[in-house]
Amino acid sequence: MSQLLYTGSEWDFAQLRSMFTAIEDVALNDLKLDVYPNQIEIISSEQMLDAYSAHGMPLMYHHWSFGKIFAREEAMYSKGWQALAYEIVINSNPCIAYLMEENTATMQALVMSHACFGHNHFFKNNYLFRQWTNAEAILDYLAFARKYVSACEEKYGSDQVEIVLDAAHSIMEQGVFRYRRPPRPSRVQREERLRKRMQYEEQSFNDLWRTLPGQARDMSADLALVDEDDAVGLQAPMNLPEENIIYFLEKHSPVLKAWQREILRIVRNVAQYFYPQMQTKVMNEGCATFVHHYIMNALYDRGQIPEGAILEFLHSHSSVVMQPGYDDSRYSGINPYALGFAMMSDIRRISEDPKAEDLEWFPDFAGKGDWRDVLRHAWANFRDESFIQQYLSPTVMRELKLFAIRDKAEEPAYTVSAIHNDAGYRRLRTSLARLYDLATHQPDVQVVGANLAGDRTLALRHTRHRGVPLASGTREAVLKHIRLLWGYDVALEEFDEGDVR
Amino acid sequence: MVNFIDRRLNPKGKSLANRQRFIRRARAEIREAVQKTLKDRSVADLAKNQKISIPTRGTKEPRFRHDPSAGGAHERVLPGNREFVEGDQIKKPRQGEAGGRGKDASTSGEGEDDFSFSLSQDEILDLFFEDLELPDLVKTSLKDIRTTSWRRAGLTTAGSPNQVNLVRTMRNAFGRRLAMKRPKPEEIEALKAELAVCRLAEPVDAERIRVLEDEIARLEHRRKWVPFLDPVDVRYNAFEEQPTPTSRAVMFCLMDVSGSMGEREKDLAKRFFMLLHLFLKRRYQRLDIVFIRHTHEAQEVDEEAFFYSRQSGGTIVSSALEEMQRIVHERYATGEWNIYAAQASDGYTQTGDATRCVEMLNQDLMPICQYYAYVEILDEREMEVFSSEESGAELWRAYRTVARDWKNFATKRIAKPQDIFPVFRELFARDGAEAQA
Repeated sequence: MSQLLYTGSEWDFAQLRSMFTAIEDVALNDLKLDVYPNQIEIISSEQMLDAYSAHGMPLMYHHWSFGKIFAREEAMYSKGWQALAYEIVINSNPCIAYLMEENTATMQALVMSHACFGHNHFFKNNYLFRQWTNAEAILDYLAFARKYVSACEEKYGSDQVEIVLDAAHSIMEQGVFRYRRPPRPSRVQREERLRKRMQYEEQSFNDLWRTLPGQARDMSADLALVDEDDAVGLQAPMNLPEENIIYFLEKHSPVLKAWQREILRIVRNVAQYFYPQMQTKVMNEGCATFVHHYIMNALYDRGQIPEGAILEFLHSHSSVVMQPGYDDSRYSGINPYALGFAMMSDIRRISEDPKAEDLEWFPDFAGKGDWRDVLRHAWANFRDESFIQQYLSPTVMRELKLFAIRDKAEEPAYTVSAIHNDAGYRRLRTSLARLYDLATHQPDVQVVGANLAGDRTLALRHTRHRGVPLASGTREAVLKHIRLLWGYDVALEEFDEGDVR
Repeated sequence: MVNFIDRRLNPKGKSLANRQRFIRRARAEIREAVQKTLKDRSVADLAKNQKISIPTRGTKEPRFRHDPSAGGAHERVLPGNREFVEGDQIKKPRQGEAGGRGKDASTSGEGEDDFSFSLSQDEILDLFFEDLELPDLVKTSLKDIRTTSWRRAGLTTAGSPNQVNLVRTMRNAFGRRLAMKRPKPEEIEALKAELAVCRLAEPVDAERIRVLEDEIARLEHRRKWVPFLDPVDVRYNAFEEQPTPTSRAVMFCLMDVSGSMGEREKDLAKRFFMLLHLFLKRRYQRLDIVFIRHTHEAQEVDEEAFFYSRQSGGTIVSSALEEMQRIVHERYATGEWNIYAAQASDGYTQTGDATRCVEMLNQDLMPICQYYAYVEILDEREMEVFSSEESGAELWRAYRTVARDWKNFATKRIAKPQDIFPVFRELFARDGAEAQA
């Protein structure tokens, strides 16, 4: 039915477009993916380096730490120690994907399948992204943040802004809401904030745009990100304990000025925006990798890409999903692409061709043949931790030869606590799932009190997970930053899980 | 639904602002690293991109982190098991050799000892010459001459055609056309097409034809009335003259190229002057540099000859001073010019010539010089012999007496390439910013 979409490795925009159409056909009609509209931008390697430095966001505010990342990436790249990513994709609506111009035609096809359909579907459907991020508003918000920060730099000096940003960045991991939505503001408060935002808009107003028809700005998108009440300082009710330290400081710090609070809010919103991505690394990459693998094979089966291309694709694909063993010099943790792809491919296998073991482990979908629905359900309703707990199969554990070791600080040796055998599967699975629970590697530090009647000491509490304390080196440095934002002394106590509450 | 955008022609270097912030932040460390890197290199290296490593001290980004080695228990899952079964014990690696095991590569700055990246030539020169200044340049620069330069001064509504700002002009025109609802050619074409159809249709709808004709006439009139480009739209780039104060200064570079200066000495002297040259060219746009080389006689040469051509002969240092004095008289009337001089020599001159030099300096040159730096090139053995400031060859001892009388006269000794950078910094360190050698 079809002819080759391209030959050789060169591409042009017409070919990209027809490749996209073919890919879209597989993605929407075969895999039944549901995606945001795509915007694909072709960039050069220098621009890719630029994009790298600020979390891949094109409109990030300025900060020296992004320059540091840039300097390092640039050095690594120019020395040839590290290749650049083939693409960067942004969780926004429309979904923006950056493709490198250096990619060959095959790589462009792979990358479009990967980013514009795999990641895009995941962003649009996964419950974490749906609940916690606002794809419509993020670019507008970042543009606002960037302008706001540079306005502050101009007005108060970049040193002053840097101090606040440094401090806020140091507690970024403690600056997200994990379990509850931030309190919704009342209608009056929202209108007040809207008015202020309008004022800002007026200041940065360009008269020309007023004359354009159909350009009335949709303020509701902005409003969605403006979600808190306006009472700040000591009068506001505190609702302790508070897990979001940045939020607490923003609302209750006795010393911060309005612009400093706004900067804290910006850092906090950015942190919250990226929080779902951190919780779904395996799933997100697994989904994208599974999708590009399926689509590329489908294109090949339909005779739309040449023989050489499928080999090139397989070469690149297999290096992406390679998992070196723990004693390999290339080992640097479990590769999320490898784990995600292995698990999702195995779901398909279990659904189509189950073994006795699979029937026992996954009775609800083994052998039913409806793997597309199973995967779409998983992509929509799980995060890494729960996904692994639910779907990691014995086959995958055997393939990756997983084993768990227990590390007690006082013992001189690690103990192998479970390996990939009948006795170990379930424990192994639980262990691995727990590793993807952010609570196990992001310290749980919360605000528990503020002695406002007395010396205004801020009380923080670190709840030790399995008795693991905070690293002493960074502990003091971070506390110094918090003191700066709070303006008075800050005390941090550590408790073991279960001792308190 | 897809939209392709070719961004390749968009400006790159969007991270420049961040990079500059980073360099400002790590300034102290980077400067230290640059000084250290440059110590053993030739001056020509200054003009290249350099890879440098800095300690992460000032650029740490602290976060709360767990420290499993300090207490508690945790469990890890690793791939690639070959030999272990449940219950096996694996000895822990000793502290410090655990690198690369099981930790996600950290981007937060933990664990890295050094941070390596490349600096561009401009950034290096900026850092290297930071805090350096020709001493006392301001003191007698009251005799500024005023020059003027043109600079951008926004937009105006009047100007000459070659200064039309097209972007602004077209933007204004576009806005005006939108606001005045200028009909598009397509609209008129569409009406005309419809009119043509109506004319051919049976039965003839006279009413409709009349309406269409009126409408077309109205639109065409409006098109004429609202022109594509109106004089009111046109904007011109404006420039204004701005007076810029400049102080006039001249730098004399005097170098001994006689036979007593071996290849090594000449090389060191040349490196010193090259550095000086780089520094001056970078710092002072309006600075004359005069190169004088001497054997038993002195001559003014150009940059190329000064650094690269060969010559040999006897040594009379005072000849260079005479030449300098002659040039000052001829070209640099002392009332208007700040005069600086740097001299390099191996310290040997004809017997008796040193006294003549001192005389000339005391009487003629030092009163008109803003600053005079003398650099003596020794070999390392000599450097050990003359370890004290007081002892030295004839010229050195003679110049020490000058240095006692004139505060703006400096003497330094160089024995090996590594000395050049520190000595240079000492000579030109800005007041209060003593060189950190």
